[in-house]
Amino acid sequence: MSDRWIGKSVKRVEDFRLLTGRGTYIDDHPPIGNIHHAAIVRSRHPHARILGYDVSKARAAEGVVGVITGDDVARETKPFAVGVTTPVHYYCAATDKVRFVGEPVAVVVARDRYLAEDAAELVDVEYEPLPAVVDPEKALQPDAPVLHDKVGTNLAGHRRLVYGDPERAFREADVVLRERFRFPKYGSTPIETYGIIARWEPDGICTVWSNFMGPFIMHPLTARVLGLPENKLRFIVPTDIGGSFGIKSSIYPYIALIALAAKHAGVPVKWIEDRREHLLASSSGTDRVAYRELAAKRDGTVVGMRFKWLDNVGGYIRSPEPGCSFRPTGNFVGPYAFQHLEVDASVVMTNKSLTGPNRGYACGHLYFETEGMMDRLADELGLDPIEIRRRNLIAPEQMPYRTPTGGYYDSGDYPAALDKAVQVADYADLRRQQARARANGRWFGIGVALAVDPSVSNMGYVATALDPEFRAKPEYLPKSGAVDAATVKIDPLGRVTTILGTTPQGQGHQTVVAQIVADELGLTPDDITVVDEMDTFTRIWSISSGTYSSRFGSVGTSAVALAARKLRAKLVDYAAHLMERPAADLEFRDGAVRPRSGKGPSYSVKDLAGRAHWNTESLPDGMEPGLQATAVFGFGVSRAVDAEDRVNSSNTYGFIAEIMAVEVDRRTAAITILKYVTVHDAGTIINPMIAEGQIYGGALHGLGGALYEELKYDDDGQFLTGTFMDYLVPTATEAPAEIEIAHIVSPSPLTPLGSKGLGESSSMTVPAVIANAVSDALRPLGIRITELPMTPSNLWEMIRQAGDRGAEPRASRAGHPRPEPDSRHSLQ
Amino acid sequence: MTAATVRLTVNGAAREGRCEPRKLLVDFLREDLGLTGTHVGCEHGICGACTVLINGDAARSCLMLAVQADGAEITTVEGLMRDGRLHPLQEAFREHHGLQCGFCTPGMLLTALDLLRTNPSPSEQEVREGISAVLCRCTGYHGIVKAVRAAAVTLAPSR
Amino acid sequence: MKPPKFEYHAPSTLDEALALLARYNGDAKLLAGGQSLVPLLNFRLARPAALIDLNRITSLAYIREHDGHVRLGAMTRQRAIEFSPVVARRLPLLREATRWVGHLPIRSRGTIGGSIAHADPSAEYPAVLTALEGEVVARGPKGERTLSSGALFETYLTTTLAPDEILTEVRLPVMPEGAGWAFEELARRHGDFAIVGVAAAVWRSGGRVTARLATAGAGGTPRRLRAAEEIVERDGLGAAAIEAAGRRASELVEPDADIHASADYRRHLAGVLTERALKRAAERAA
Ligand SMILES: Cc1cc2nc3c(=O)[nH]c(=O)nc-3n(C[C@H](O)[C@H](O)[C@H](O)COP(=O)(O)OP(=O)(O)OC[C@H]3O[C@@H](n4cnc5c(N)ncnc54)[C@H](O)[C@@H]3O)c2cc1C
Ligand code: FES
Ligand code: FES
Repeated sequence: MSDRWIGKSVKRVEDFRLLTGRGTYIDDHPPIGNIHHAAIVRSRHPHARILGYDVSKARAAEGVVGVITGDDVARETKPFAVGVTTPVHYYCAATDKVRFVGEPVAVVVARDRYLAEDAAELVDVEYEPLPAVVDPEKALQPDAPVLHDKVGTNLAGHRRLVYGDPERAFREADVVLRERFRFPKYGSTPIETYGIIARWEPDGICTVWSNFMGPFIMHPLTARVLGLPENKLRFIVPTDIGGSFGIKSSIYPYIALIALAAKHAGVPVKWIEDRREHLLASSSGTDRVAYRELAAKRDGTVVGMRFKWLDNVGGYIRSPEPGCSFRPTGNFVGPYAFQHLEVDASVVMTNKSLTGPNRGYACGHLYFETEGMMDRLADELGLDPIEIRRRNLIAPEQMPYRTPTGGYYDSGDYPAALDKAVQVADYADLRRQQARARANGRWFGIGVALAVDPSVSNMGYVATALDPEFRAKPEYLPKSGAVDAATVKIDPLGRVTTILGTTPQGQGHQTVVAQIVADELGLTPDDITVVDEMDTFTRIWSISSGTYSSRFGSVGTSAVALAARKLRAKLVDYAAHLMERPAADLEFRDGAVRPRSGKGPSYSVKDLAGRAHWNTESLPDGMEPGLQATAVFGFGVSRAVDAEDRVNSSNTYGFIAEIMAVEVDRRTAAITILKYVTVHDAGTIINPMIAEGQIYGGALHGLGGALYEELKYDDDGQFLTGTFMDYLVPTATEAPAEIEIAHIVSPSPLTPLGSKGLGESSSMTVPAVIANAVSDALRPLGIRITELPMTPSNLWEMIRQAGDRGAEPRASRAGHPRPEPDSRHSLQ
Repeated sequence: MTAATVRLTVNGAAREGRCEPRKLLVDFLREDLGLTGTHVGCEHGICGACTVLINGDAARSCLMLAVQADGAEITTVEGLMRDGRLHPLQEAFREHHGLQCGFCTPGMLLTALDLLRTNPSPSEQEVREGISAVLCRCTGYHGIVKAVRAAAVTLAPSR
Repeated sequence: MKPPKFEYHAPSTLDEALALLARYNGDAKLLAGGQSLVPLLNFRLARPAALIDLNRITSLAYIREHDGHVRLGAMTRQRAIEFSPVVARRLPLLREATRWVGHLPIRSRGTIGGSIAHADPSAEYPAVLTALEGEVVARGPKGERTLSSGALFETYLTTTLAPDEILTEVRLPVMPEGAGWAFEELARRHGDFAIVGVAAAVWRSGGRVTARLATAGAGGTPRRLRAAEEIVERDGLGAAAIEAAGRRASELVEPDADIHASADYRRHLAGVLTERALKRAAERAA
């Protein structure tokens, strides 16, 4: 097979339409007859009992054709299935109580959005306000207001997972370190917000167009909520989605809500979320309080860790939560070789908006904590942060590597990637610069962070949230899998069309697929038309379909390659029949079937296509007519979680090594990034330009979370960041001017092309690397960053307090009290 | 509230529509004139997705009423191509991967065009400041900055 | 996020606009560049019965030098100020401050009158007006009056303009030849309203230093830092005096906390930025 197109920075086929304003996003959907527009009435209260609704004024308002409230929702829909066993009833709108500011309580449908918003203001909802709680630790105190009476506590779920013998590891350790971390609540605020159009057909089918990105498990869940058989609910996703980063996986409750509104109003209904609604109530990662403990030997070998987490999922637990705690189960240990781990994960409900996947899903949290602990250990032992990591990395000879938590790292050379980062950053020189800067009184710091970058979630991980006893019940159905499908077909004149339903949000799937198919069939990408539109009625899909968890580069591309190979094999078989030669003598080369050696006729794709379509008699006996092949690719390593809570939560695992140098302004505490190096191993790279685009974008998401973005609430549950003036998305001036990217390539043995995903990429490392760099910069003051975001104001307050303490800071840390050998109670 | 007639020139063509005075220009362009290339991302002036040229100057179409545009000359992203060919700035965006999902792109292009008109050879920092008027969540701005700088070079002789 | 209903008028003369204002008796809002007002409408935080659009009153947009002052019509776009040769020559501080006002596409529409009438305490123009001892002209049914910055700004987003008055002109004294200037600002992101901003101008005449300092973002209104000015006027523009002026500045301001910064941080920044602004202005001064 020629290797011509894979590996090239082929320009994107998507660009022409997107650059000329001819994209087809949900809000651009061609006019639908009699379409009406929805406005959603939302709670102003963080926590209140709903006493009643008066919609008479709204119904009478100009242009209004329908109003639904929580009463209709309670009567006509079911709650969504949740990922825990506690009885949390999560409906598509509030029914009994409101549990966060912005929660939907009613929907108004009117002739246009302006009128719908006018009428929405006329909906009267009578509330009995209740006390609110937003802090996950306070929410677990006995006197805290309880959100869900049926649950009786704010704890939606709790698991204690034990791998190896952490008890012993901690008992026998030379060094035990503890730290508390706080990770903030932030989202990715795609510039295109949620959008839905729902239309009921006369035959009882409900068609929903939306910018939903998957996973398509939400389709059957939504069908059940609406009381529809799955094949009566049709999800269509337009070709273009204006960014998502995980956020649009959480649109599905609105699909149910708008579908119900359309049913009541008797007209097709369109709802485009506005930015205020998005900030109030779309989705974000969790804010988390974490208590970390690390046990190590004097030589720096980590022997065990303890994680205690409180993940704040907001007013309800919405699927796929509690992925916030368990998505990285297989890579809990990151790139490190330690074997003993205890995880105590609490999923807490408070009066904040709901959470879900956000770029790097749970990995930003994980590595912020782990990498912070590794630096503490380096400090404690007087070792360089690079050295401490080197001493703990999984060795390349150990690949493929089974982690203690069940992960199966398919390939990688972590030390080589770290070395590359050290070399590209010229780490030694950075340290020299730092020494000079420090001598001049400047706050200059260098940070390091490593991460195993998991791609393609195994849907089975969600069951880690359930107790093994529960999973052992005979009626329990185990879960596993990660599949994607693709069809490649050749029309009568030999042109190739590839059909997918992967819901890309800017990742350039059409381009990448054209490259792969071109290589497989010996054509050029221009010869291939790629149709990528999801339609649950016409595409082949499964529970895990969609574009999330960096799937496409790994599982989607595999399906495409396999489909193309199937078709190629068919072409060879067909040509063999025409040539009356054994297929083994022939090969597919440069767009034609040719003899492997010697002379003889060859048949081009075009030639074979014409014959196969025009003259089915020419096909060998038993060959299916038509030139098309569909492949459904699934990973054999996707298994259900076992009785010991081990699960290979993803399918391919890349690696990231980063080094960053920063300076903190001594007067204003503003942070400047001086150098940023990021090394990635994502296996075979199909299109370097697109891959690097993901890295640049991911890095800025991480930076946003570390420095700028936070969905903030006051203690009473009022939301403080309802505009883009308050929720700060980094602009071009905040983005690092230079990012040095380097690659290491360890092809995955599990995928036909050797590729892995890298869509989440540096979003999961930047919070860690910049926090470590700032900690290093402020080392002279004894400040260690354990909370984000690091706003200038927050940093300055810390610096001031350190100054007030006045102590010689280095000493205070060197004298960090050695914890009791049995440190369990500190976790309580 | 009575509807008003709005007559304006969009991408060189005379257009007309009727709408309520409260209708935002961006909604008018998208819904009444069918020009869906201009996007809506925040409706309060921050994201820049809705940026168009109004009498040659880049401005937010979500912060203007359609009636205010009566008599104005407007350029939207649909008007950038010439004779079926991409504008050099559009070319540069394609060449340097200045877009991923493409949602910010129309606003980015028109903002960059205005920037290059007022400052034909901007430094990297000036490009960053100029396009900081538009939020992009996909690209980390890297490709966009490269594209605008490259376009400055391509466009230079023609100016 | 669609605006509520309102009546809309686009008068072409100031008198018509004044008559309309009077007719609505406080229920109408003037629409200038719309860069602050339209977001408020879209969020439905403002619900005027009517909008009186000033954009068709061409006589309100001008930049003229007159009598030792530069007069700017209220409807002069911030963008026009940015590229005005008169402003560049006579009011370089205003020009520099303009670069800090949002972004170019915001400045395409935003006006100097709107910015000042809106009275956002973090805005740059009110600080410049204060530092340069400028005045604004307001027209109402009873005629015209001029107000100094101190007389105009009351508190957050509030001025002493009567509901039936229109701010028509901003008058800023021409900066003396050889004056140095600087606008220093720290914002969370480029183009954001300032956490704190400091406008500074200094000039020497006959061996004497004159200094002008005012803040944005360090209290409910722009604040003139007279006591800090006095330090450099007395002790000159040496490093020690500038530092002392900075320290004094942070004592003079009364900032509040918000989600972007604590009050103490703002107070601290007022000092740091005063120092930086004075330093840069001194370097530029002849
Ligand atoms: C993304 C973004 C960033 C911004 N960043 C900044 C910034 O960094 N610094 C900054 O200073 N500003 C900033 N602004 C605001 C911008 O400068 C506005 O232009 C300004 O605040 C208001 O001016 P306007 O002409 O748009 O007034 P409008 O929005 O039209 O009006 C504002 C208010 O003033 C009243 N008003 C207007 N004109 C008159 C008049 N002649 N007489 C009496 N009352 C009048 C109106 O009735 C209204 O209440 C930003 C805006 C946006 C959207
Ligand atoms: S939609 Fe106009 S600036 Fe965001
Ligand atoms: S390309 Fe997606 S927001 Fe810019």
